[in-house]
Amino acid sequence: MDVQIWTYILVGATFALYIGIAIWSRAASTSDFYVAGAHVNPLTNGMATAADWMSAASFLSMAGLISFMGYDGAVYLMGWTGGYVLLALLLAPYLRKFGKFTVPDFIGDRYYSNFARTIAVICAVIVSFTYVAGQMRGVGLVFSKFLEVNIDLGVLIGMAIVFFYAVLGGMKGITYTQVAQYCVLIFAFMVPAFFISFQLTGNPIPQIGFGSTVNDGSGMYLLEKLDQLHTELGFAAYTSGTKSIQDVFFITAALMIGTAGLPHVIVRFFTVPKVKDARISVGYALIFIAILYTTAPAIAVFARTNLIETVNEEPYQKMPDWFSTWEETALLTWVDKDDNGIITYAPGAAIEGAPELLRDAQGEIVRGHYGEAKVTNQPAEGPNELYIDRDIMVLANPEIANLPAWVAALVAAGGLAAALSTAAGLLLVISTSVSHDLIKKQIKTDISDKAELMWARISAAGAVMVAGYFGINPPGFVAEVVAIAFGLAAASFFPAIILGIFYKKMNRQGAIAGMIAGLLFTLAYVVFFKIAFPEYNTPEHWWFGISPEGIGTLGMLVNLAVSLAVGMIFPEPPEEVQEMVESIRYPK
Amino acid sequence: MTKRDLKGYWRKNLQYLGILLTIWFTVSYVCGILLAPWLNTFTMGGFKLGFWFAQQGSIYTFVILIFVYVYLMNKLDRQFKVQED
Repeated sequence: MDVQIWTYILVGATFALYIGIAIWSRAASTSDFYVAGAHVNPLTNGMATAADWMSAASFLSMAGLISFMGYDGAVYLMGWTGGYVLLALLLAPYLRKFGKFTVPDFIGDRYYSNFARTIAVICAVIVSFTYVAGQMRGVGLVFSKFLEVNIDLGVLIGMAIVFFYAVLGGMKGITYTQVAQYCVLIFAFMVPAFFISFQLTGNPIPQIGFGSTVNDGSGMYLLEKLDQLHTELGFAAYTSGTKSIQDVFFITAALMIGTAGLPHVIVRFFTVPKVKDARISVGYALIFIAILYTTAPAIAVFARTNLIETVNEEPYQKMPDWFSTWEETALLTWVDKDDNGIITYAPGAAIEGAPELLRDAQGEIVRGHYGEAKVTNQPAEGPNELYIDRDIMVLANPEIANLPAWVAALVAAGGLAAALSTAAGLLLVISTSVSHDLIKKQIKTDISDKAELMWARISAAGAVMVAGYFGINPPGFVAEVVAIAFGLAAASFFPAIILGIFYKKMNRQGAIAGMIAGLLFTLAYVVFFKIAFPEYNTPEHWWFGISPEGIGTLGMLVNLAVSLAVGMIFPEPPEEVQEMVESIRYPK
Repeated sequence: MTKRDLKGYWRKNLQYLGILLTIWFTVSYVCGILLAPWLNTFTMGGFKLGFWFAQQGSIYTFVILIFVYVYLMNKLDRQFKVQED
């Protein structure tokens, strides 16, 4: 059977499973809908958190990204795992003791202010929407690459599935589908990794394999060999990277703190019964996440080595079949600058911009002298002849390593599981922000539980529509903005929550001023370099050498400083608020 | 539970946080980033040490830190009789 039939079978089976779970776990009350009745077993919650957390980007793009960044890829590896230590130690147990439904709930009650609550709602909605649009796009991409379905139709199918279980089951439905999705995605990620690690190094465990010797009798370590290949081609050594130390530092910190401030992650720890469950649940979540996150850098090394060895200084006509298949998706392009039929891979761009395939009047792809797919782009300066999209490293990995067809199909099902599970978690945050924090807490406080549940469903449905719209018509800046969601979360929520727990005398004026200052500072820096003046987006223009990806760390410090300074001017919070802070510090 | 006891519980908790977060900072930011170039002059199997901390070792340490914290806090909860049952 070929990859496409396998993909239909696996994707169909997993979708049927998700729908089955959704029907089984319908929500009956707002407590079910918001926090799954707070009855979730900590191990189950850990697994669901891992699926919630690991998005299409973690699954499809991260290993590829790292394979092009080398050492610098550590910003994602440490940044997206280290935040869980902060969550376990500084946030989850206390917020569980607080025991309400949402992050804006905590902010609003702790700072005894509906204005603070509304700012938190706005932050939560901005962060969640920028993130969810990327997930929907991911669903569409997987469909179009593997099933040759139009991207837009792929987005619509994804919307329908998420709609079904998020609107029907709320947090309860999402939790149990996420458990299934975690199993699918981790299996799909690990199987090719085992195969490739064994092929290259003789050791099937990727975490050990990429520190072992290469399986070719040379006795050379794999990383040593990759460093050598890199140096020969003129790249920086794989294990040393190119970013400045302070930028790596700041980006890692922004991602860690942002992780701990993302509402869809925090809210998962409201779903377990006890404080001590919340603590251990974060530990389980990180184990499940670490399985993927310690494998990804190994896959990056395997894929990079395989790729360089396959293509560099080889004639195009000797390329394996996958080369021309992936050329047709415009993720891989070769331009023969010196017209000798041999592929040269070197640092620098191969072409101007992203490849646009050249097609004839019938819409067929035009192939050149050696059979290569032609593109309309101008060749770029410099010797490099090969354009490789980073996403290809995971998507094409099974084919590059010559693995059976079902493994490639598994990657498609895994990518969909990763995208759908994250999208559902984010949509829930948006819907609860509207139905609970705006309607129940502010607009119509006497609303019945049944009516509130109704509103929760309506807003979930609305959020799915909006997310789908952005998936089909992605604003040009989405890709730029997703990484920024972390900076915004770091600069807005994190300090307000931490001060709320650890500094009893923090008052509402300080917290509000801090959140606004942190948010505006971070937004302004990002908009300036990413949207308004991208031509200035280079290290010599950045403040202290900090890129827009890392600026959230500074934003967090601004938030802290402003909170503390403004807080000093105004009176202490009321007695009952101080008592509440006191009470969340003890499990009983 | 008196107010003074609770103060003792909280102080102990903050102490644990201080120690665990120092380790957290050391493995990731110090070994994985600031000292990585120097640590790269040592190797462990096929890994340069700084590279290993940045892409593997820090993640393993994060997991261990959380479980140590869970263990310590569960013990502390029982000691001060604030555990939920």
